[in-house]
Amino acid sequence: MAYVALSEAEKTYILHGVEDDFRCDGRSRRDYRPMELETGLVSNASGSARLRLANTDILVGVKTEIDVPNPLTPEFGKLEFFVDCSANATPEFEGRGGSDLAQELVLSLQNAYESPLAFDYRTLCLIPGQQCWKLYIDILILECGGNLHDAVSLAAKAALFNTKLPRVTATLLDAGITDLIISDNPYDCTRIGIETVPLLVTVCKIGDYCLVDPSAEEEVCSTVSVVVSVSMRNGEPFLSGTHLTGGGAMHRDTMRNCLQLGLSIGEHLDKLLTKMLKLEQERVGPKRPKTVGFLK
Amino acid sequence: MASNFELLSEQGLRLDGRRPHELRHIKCKLGVFEQPDGSAYMEQGNTKVLAAVYGPHQAKGKKTESNDVIINCQYSQATFSTAERKNRPRGDRKSLEFKMYLQQALSAAIKSELYPRSQIDIYVEVLQADGANYAVALNAATLALIDAGICLNEFIVACTASLSKSNIPLTDISHFEEVSGGPKLTVAALPTAEKIAFLEMSERFHIDHLETVIETAMAGCREIRDILEAAVKEHLLHMGSAADWARVC
Repeated sequence: MAYVALSEAEKTYILHGVEDDFRCDGRSRRDYRPMELETGLVSNASGSARLRLANTDILVGVKTEIDVPNPLTPEFGKLEFFVDCSANATPEFEGRGGSDLAQELVLSLQNAYESPLAFDYRTLCLIPGQQCWKLYIDILILECGGNLHDAVSLAAKAALFNTKLPRVTATLLDAGITDLIISDNPYDCTRIGIETVPLLVTVCKIGDYCLVDPSAEEEVCSTVSVVVSVSMRNGEPFLSGTHLTGGGAMHRDTMRNCLQLGLSIGEHLDKLLTKMLKLEQERVGPKRPKTVGFLK
Repeated sequence: MASNFELLSEQGLRLDGRRPHELRHIKCKLGVFEQPDGSAYMEQGNTKVLAAVYGPHQAKGKKTESNDVIINCQYSQATFSTAERKNRPRGDRKSLEFKMYLQQALSAAIKSELYPRSQIDIYVEVLQADGANYAVALNAATLALIDAGICLNEFIVACTASLSKSNIPLTDISHFEEVSGGPKLTVAALPTAEKIAFLEMSERFHIDHLETVIETAMAGCREIRDILEAAVKEHLLHMGSAADWARVC
């Protein structure tokens, strides 16, 4: 993790701010920092999204490939996460420096997406037991400003929303061999349902209080955080995975409060993201503004 | 000719509709990120590159023994940047090669005598690759160095050139033209001094044509230099207008 040097006085200041429910940037404990989201900026990928959460900058590209399903789950497609911590974020990530952090992020995403109720792997199936889609979700961390888990999961969900799978028709050849015909028309494509796709919410414990969306400075002050993955089903938030990060430990009751806070925040976040993505989807043709990317 | 595919149509247009000497559309921006000391984003056609500069700072580890400036580069390419997914963002032979070439070209531009015993880190990240990756990466690195306030002898810019079957030189090669099998020449130059800091060529053509192809690439460099210079001035105007000193020059 990008290291931020803080003196004792600065840490106390942050701690007191959290106690008074008035953090350094004026937020309350339940507030997020401003976010910017843009989809479809990488033309070489099937789907892409860039999310900027204050100083945290994430670019996600989704690549598709046709693969053979796992024999144990013949009706399921495949998802693979890959996180790359770019040295642009901090010189510590040079070479293999970011691989530990990347591994942690990949694991928490894998856990969150593992349940078939959280991500419908059946939509990625082409011919049960023979062919399925494999989605590579490649996440690039360009700047670290704290709260990577949340930012990464939001960007991944937006990129999945933006992903276009070309329509595939199967023809039966001799001897029971099936052949896949992939549509040449780039507009003849299907989308992936993202209603249940989970979001990660990091609940960070500073002093005796829990808060969401910690900045890099607040992360230094925290002893322990809970990463809660929230999957929405029929308008209800469900927990699809959770784990503790950081060196400290927390009481069972605090843990329960953290999970509750995570779930309610996750529900709200999911609603907002879905609303924004719907707006983005409606802006087509002349209404669609040019992609801004990094030129803003 | 080694090329088995005609790069120029009968009307004298290239595959993407450009004329032989035309560059792709260039967009760039300085100061994209806040954490690095300098950063820049550059778009040349569909090739998109981000560059970040950290330093000059104290050199790390054993490197402190040398009195010179240490220029540390890293070239990486996002796994989704190419049409076929890449397995590794860096560490493959191509990235290591580009890293060395970046170091070589930038050492020629940085005023090293001003930074003894220091280290400058330059990190380049290719977000989308569509030909001339090295050239665009170097141009982005130049902008990032300028944004970081590091003294350069001059803008160092790179441009690629090729030769069509009918021996007409082409500027700024796209990915499609690269893989069609024509020759490819990359030049990194200090355009005002007319010095060449780096030159690489693949495939082959007759030595008689070398001069014209290099001249085409140099002309491309000069054009890119003008675009970069305009971007730097624009950036300064934007940055300085709050302090009211930008209008002075």
